[in-house]
Amino acid sequence: MRVFLTLVRRELGSYFKSFSGYVVVAAVLLLNGFSLVDLIERVRDHSVPTPVTELLFQTYYFWLVILLTSPVITMRAFAAEKSSGTYEALMTTPVGDWQVVLAKFAGTLGFYALAWLPLVGVLLALRQITGVAALFDPPIIASTFLGVLLIGSLFMALGCLASALTRSEIIAAMVTFLWGIGLWMAGYRPESSSLVPAWAQPALEQISMTRHMEDFARGLLVGRHLVFYVTATAMLLFLTQRVVQARRWK
Amino acid sequence: MIEVRDLTKRYPGRTAVNGLSFTVDRGEVVGFLGPNGAGKSTTMRILSCFMPATSGTARVAGFDVFHEPDEVRRRIGYMPENNPLHLDMRVREYLKFRARLKGLGWGRSRERVDTVLQQCGLVDVERRIIGQLSKGYRQRVGLADALVHDPDLIILDEPTIGLDPHQIRAVRALIKGLGKRYTVLLSTHILSEVEMTCSRVLILHEGRILAADRTEDLERRLSLDSQVVAEIAATEASLTEAFRDHPEIERLEISAIDGDFRRVALTPRNGFDLRPVVFEQATAHGWTLRELTRSRRSLEDIFVHLTRKGNRTRN
Repeated sequence: MRVFLTLVRRELGSYFKSFSGYVVVAAVLLLNGFSLVDLIERVRDHSVPTPVTELLFQTYYFWLVILLTSPVITMRAFAAEKSSGTYEALMTTPVGDWQVVLAKFAGTLGFYALAWLPLVGVLLALRQITGVAALFDPPIIASTFLGVLLIGSLFMALGCLASALTRSEIIAAMVTFLWGIGLWMAGYRPESSSLVPAWAQPALEQISMTRHMEDFARGLLVGRHLVFYVTATAMLLFLTQRVVQARRWK
Repeated sequence: MIEVRDLTKRYPGRTAVNGLSFTVDRGEVVGFLGPNGAGKSTTMRILSCFMPATSGTARVAGFDVFHEPDEVRRRIGYMPENNPLHLDMRVREYLKFRARLKGLGWGRSRERVDTVLQQCGLVDVERRIIGQLSKGYRQRVGLADALVHDPDLIILDEPTIGLDPHQIRAVRALIKGLGKRYTVLLSTHILSEVEMTCSRVLILHEGRILAADRTEDLERRLSLDSQVVAEIAATEASLTEAFRDHPEIERLEISAIDGDFRRVALTPRNGFDLRPVVFEQATAHGWTLRELTRSRRSLEDIFVHLTRKGNRTRN
C-alpha cells in the first residue's frame, strides 16, 4: 500500500511538473466555459424547467472534453517511461505489476477528476446568475459527477492499455482516441443510424454512453450502467496487467 | 553472490547471450568487458529480473532470478544503461521516491537518502532539478539510487559512458570506493576502466565468455613476451658483445639513434624480466643509460588478440 501511494503521488505530481497538466486543465476549462454560454442560452429557451445537468450533457462540449483529454492524459502512463528508460528502473525495484498498473490508472483518473472539478464552480455560478435553485439539485449533481467519473475510468483504462502496448506517446494517444471515439459512436443513437443492422441495435443501446449519461444527469442510478463501467474498466486493467507481465513471459 | 549457469537469451533471429556461466563472490568488483552487442546489457537485465532468460539459471544471493524476483530485486542496486532518471524531479525528492519504491520506511528512507547524498557528493545539489544537472552529476544520482536501499550487489551498466575525463575519474573513484563494502558488477567497453576499478574481468564477445581472470593475472599472462627497450651510449659492437650470449635473451636488435646513443630491443625467453640484466651490463661497462622500459601489453591488446582469434575459428 505504501509503495502504491508513493507511485500514485509521483504519477499525479508529474502532470504538474510539466506543462502538459496545466494545458489539459486549461482546455477543459475553456470547453466547459463554452458549454456554460451554451447552457445559459438553453435555460432561457426552455419553457419547461429542465435540470441544468441534463442540458449540459446534451451539448457536444462535454463529449469533446472526454474524447480529447483522455488520450492526452493517459498517453504518458507507460509509453513515456518506456521511451525514456525509466520503465526499466521502475520494474527492477521490488514493486508488483498490479501495483504499477493500478497506480498508473489511479494517477490518470485522479488527474481527470481534478480537471473536471471546476465544473462544480460553473454550476454554482449558474445558480447565482439564474437564481433558480430547483435546477441545481445536489443529489442530481452528485449522480452526474458519478457518471463523469465512471465514463472517465473506462476511458482512462482504455488509455492505460494503449500506452502499455507501445513506447510511442503519439501512437498511444492516437489509439486511445480511436478506441474511445469508436466506442462512443457505436452507442450514439444506434436507432437512427442506417449503418446499424436491426438485430444489433439492442446491444448497442446497452453500451450507449450518451444514454447512460442522460440517466446519470437525471439523477437515475441504473445498476446496469454501473456494472457496465466497473466490469469494462476492470477488464481493461486486467489486460493492461497482462501486457506489463508479458515482458517476463518465457 | 552471483551464480550463472548456461544462461542463454535468444531474440527473434539473434542470440544475445549464448550459454554463459560464471560466478561472482561476495566483495568482488567484477568487470564485464566487451564491444557493443556482446551481451553485457542483456545479462545484466536478466540478473536484475527485468526480463527472463530463454534457458539456463541465474541466482543472486541464493535466490533464483526467475522464480524469486522480488527477493532478488530487494538485494540488487541496478543502474540501467544510459542511466534513466525522472528529469523533472529534484535530486532529494527522486532518491526519496526510489527509496520508498524499494520498500524503505519513512524514517529509514530519509536516513539512507542523507547517507547516499553524502557518499556520492550530491549534498550541494540536493534541491536542484535533475534535468538541469550536468551529466557527471546525473551519473552520481544514478549511483546514489543504486545504493539507496543498501543492497548486497550493485550492477552498473556502462557507468562512465558519455562523461568527460574529469567526470570519469570522479565516478571511477566512487565505484572503487564501493568495492570495499559491496559486491559490484559493472560493464564497460573501455578497457582501462576495468584495469583501474575491477579485481576480476570477464571478457564477453558475441554472448560468450572469451576469458575470465583476475585483472593482474590476465595482464601478466600477456606480458610474458614483452620486450625490454633501452637507450644506451655505447658502440654497436660492445652492445652485441655484452648481450649476445645471455641465455635468457631470445632476440637482440640494435639501431642507431641520435648522437652516441643506440637503441637496444631485447626479446626475452620464457617471460624473463631483462631490465636488471641491462642495468647490470650498463654499470659494469660504465655506459650511460638514459631509458629503460618494458613494453606492457594493455587489456586493449589482449582484447583485440582474443576477439581476432575468436573470429578466425568461426570463419
